[in-house]
Amino acid sequence: MIAYALAFGFAALGVALAMNLWRLFKGPGVADRILALDTMVINVIGLIVLTGIASGSGTAFEAALLLAMVGFVGTVAYAKFLLRGDIIE
Amino acid sequence: MNGSAPAFVDLLVSALLVLGGVFALVGSWGLVRLPSLMERLHGPTKATTLGLGALLVASVAWFQLAEGVWTTHELLVSVFLFVTAPISANMIAKVHLHRLHNGEAGEGITPAGPVPPPPGNVQWATHEAPHEGTPGDFVGD
Repeated sequence: MIAYALAFGFAALGVALAMNLWRLFKGPGVADRILALDTMVINVIGLIVLTGIASGSGTAFEAALLLAMVGFVGTVAYAKFLLRGDIIE
Repeated sequence: MNGSAPAFVDLLVSALLVLGGVFALVGSWGLVRLPSLMERLHGPTKATTLGLGALLVASVAWFQLAEGVWTTHELLVSVFLFVTAPISANMIAKVHLHRLHNGEAGEGITPAGPVPPPPGNVQWATHEAPHEGTPGDFVGD
C-alpha cells in the first residue's frame, strides 16, 4: 500500500509544482512571484522527503534541511532587495 | 523499502503520505485560485505546516517502525520551517504593501477593498522612517 501512497504523493507534489509554476509566470505582482518560488521550495522539500522514504536512505534529509535553509534565505533576500534596494546594508 | 512491515505501519504511513500530498495540492490550488496576494498568502501556509508536517511525520514513523532506526533530521526540518514560514510571509506582505503604496504595476487592489490604514496618525512601517526610540531607529549611527 505504501507504494501507492508514495506514487500519489509524488503525483500530488508534481501537480502542485506545476500550479506554482503557473503562478510564477502569471504574476501579476513581484510579491506573487516570490510567494510562488517560496511554495516551490516547500514542495521540492516534500519531494526530497518522499524520495528518502522510497529509497530507504537517510541521506536525503540533509538535502531537505539544506534546501529549507537556502529557500528561506533566498525568500528573505528577494524581499529585502525589493524593500530596501539592497540585501545587506 | 522492506516488505515485512506490519499492516498498521503500512496503513499509518500511507495515510500520512496521502494527507501530505493532499495538503500540498490544497496549498498550491489556493495559490492559483485566490484573488489577491494577501489572500494568496494563506494557501501555501497549509502546504508548509500540515502538508510537509504530515510527510515528515510519515518519514519518522516509517524509519522507526519499519526499519527500526530513529531519524531526527525530519524534526529539524519541520521545526526550521515552522520558525521561518511566518517570517517569510511577513516579508512578502511587506513587499506587497510597499509596492502598492508606490503604485507599482501588477500589485492589484483586493476584492475586499484597499488595504486599511494602520490605527493612529501613522503610516505602515514599510513606508516611513523608524520612529525615535524604536529598534529600527539608527539616528546617530
